[in-house]
Amino acid sequence: MSKALLKVEGLKKYFPIRKGVLNSHAGDVKAVDDVSFEVFEGETLGIVGESGCGKSTTGRLLMRLLEPTGGKIEFAGKMISELSNNEMRKARRDIQMIFQDPYASLNPRHNIGKILEEPLIVHGIGNAKERKQKVLELLEIVGLNEYHIKRYPHQFSGGQRQRIGIARALMTNPRLIIADEPVSALDVSIQAQVLNLLQKLQKDLKLTYIFISHDLGVVRHISNRVGVMYLGKLVELTASEDLYAEPLHPYTQALLSSVPVPDPTFEREQIIISGDIPSASNPPSGCTFHTRCPFKMDQCSQVVPKMQEVKPGHYVACHLYEALQH
Amino acid sequence: MRKKLLEIKGLKTTFFTDNGQIPAVDDIDFSVHEGEILGIVGESGSGKSVTSLSIMGLIPSPPGKITGGEILLDGKNIAKYTDKQMQKIRGKDIAMIFQEPMTSLNPLFTIGDQLKEAILIHNPKWSKKEAFARAVEIMKLVGLPRAEELLKDYPHQLSGGMRQRVMIAMALVCDPQVLIADEPTTALDVTIQAQILQLMKDLNKRLNTAVLLITHDLGVVAETCERVIVMYAGQIVEEAPIHEIFTNPKHPYTQGLIQSVPDMRYKKENLYSIPGSVPKPGSIQVGCRFAARCEYAMERCLQETPPLFEAAENHKSRCFLLEKQEVEQRVESVIKG
Repeated sequence: MSKALLKVEGLKKYFPIRKGVLNSHAGDVKAVDDVSFEVFEGETLGIVGESGCGKSTTGRLLMRLLEPTGGKIEFAGKMISELSNNEMRKARRDIQMIFQDPYASLNPRHNIGKILEEPLIVHGIGNAKERKQKVLELLEIVGLNEYHIKRYPHQFSGGQRQRIGIARALMTNPRLIIADEPVSALDVSIQAQVLNLLQKLQKDLKLTYIFISHDLGVVRHISNRVGVMYLGKLVELTASEDLYAEPLHPYTQALLSSVPVPDPTFEREQIIISGDIPSASNPPSGCTFHTRCPFKMDQCSQVVPKMQEVKPGHYVACHLYEALQH
Repeated sequence: MRKKLLEIKGLKTTFFTDNGQIPAVDDIDFSVHEGEILGIVGESGSGKSVTSLSIMGLIPSPPGKITGGEILLDGKNIAKYTDKQMQKIRGKDIAMIFQEPMTSLNPLFTIGDQLKEAILIHNPKWSKKEAFARAVEIMKLVGLPRAEELLKDYPHQLSGGMRQRVMIAMALVCDPQVLIADEPTTALDVTIQAQILQLMKDLNKRLNTAVLLITHDLGVVAETCERVIVMYAGQIVEEAPIHEIFTNPKHPYTQGLIQSVPDMRYKKENLYSIPGSVPKPGSIQVGCRFAARCEYAMERCLQETPPLFEAAENHKSRCFLLEKQEVEQRVESVIKG
């Protein structure tokens, strides 16, 4: 197995809730609560979950676009959770991000040439000529042309804008790319184009991806391993084939069975879980899923289940599997 | 054959803009039968939402206008109706639910007020008490717990899934014959989406309300609909029963679309992708609108607009590839006849 490029341990992000005239601290929204995982060099780790589960916050914490409340992030042997802002800015050369809405993340007043050149200027890479060369090179790599350079974001279609977002992320030759819902805003036919591009780039440039999405089909397609999040916690983490063939956590099972499959002949037993996701400001005690879980036991509402390796490489946080622990 | 409740004939909706006339929906024909769930799929810009708004008489005018065709609801052409006449049938005979329940509910009024308003507009003789009783009844029907208490709540106090249930309740409160659902689950999470789709299927069975489900998600279509229409650039390119469309798609666009969806059940080595992007509405005047992206495109596809060919019973496709097949079939039937 290749070595871990990114190690995350006990990552936490609590957003304080303030109340009253004195702005006193009335509680916390536990957006990310004690999440640990590793990302290996050259792989794609998918992170799935429904809205409010903390998947996007996790992505932002790894980039330190948000300051973690607790926990360690180690990237390529460096503790990036302890770097100063200045040092962190330099470290971001190796970690880049692709966002969901390519329109909101591209400056509408800058043309594409300028947008793509900016990361190079920020990191002080090359002279004007070399930078221009690099811009042209990247445009070609993502399937755009030289004549696009003078155009502005609004002149592009959604798919092209996402290509520009990808090109910008690649400008500094990063090692790790965090893609937060990169294809969610795109139509199916365009989504397939962008997914194929991401896979090709990974092969050609030896990139490592963290792919955050709510779409289980897309995640399966692109990921080697997948982590499932629920209410700020990672509940299951394993190789992608294992997760889809044999999901262990009751939440994962319900999630997978809820996804509509584009095949009318496909029959399955659908587990429809009742109720909504509880609020992250007041999460249920014990296992946060116990309020909706069909297999709830007594201890589930009291004891927080620990992440454990149930089978080689298959981690799950659920009391049902405690006896199986290796 | 079941009765046709809603029949669309040659519908054309044009937007008059500074950049010229844009035919967002260009000569489409289809019908919705009693008690069925008909799906319309298409990507953004295919004209699926404009179709639904045209039926409801909700096209913003100006710039939009229905420039041709008929919309027959129970035999009456509602495309010709005045605003006043439309108001009478909208919500009563034909109702609609939208994608984003938060923007379609008024944040300043309680759920109860809004439901009662819908009831009293179409049943002006009812007392408030009767309206309240009906509101409670319909809330229970869509599976909302504690109906009496929820009626006193404001929209922001409800979760997304509950709000969508309220929207469905409001749409069904006057027992419409046809319900148009425009991307009803797109803004919801998958576990909640599964609940809402199940609810819509149940209600369709119990109340026998015909549903026109508009979506971009082929999975949603496969799980809920009986028949599907595929739209591309303002036209219908294929129409078929649900099994046909997934097992035996005839139009290259439909084929490409189905292949480009990543399937959760197994990993496809290479995901097929349709090259290029959806053309701007009105940019293609002659020829097949999909020709530029089609791998089977012939000379002819650029010069002539293909009509809808009959591929099999109840299965139509707008592609010249089917013409040969049709001729053969006709010859066969003549020989037999």
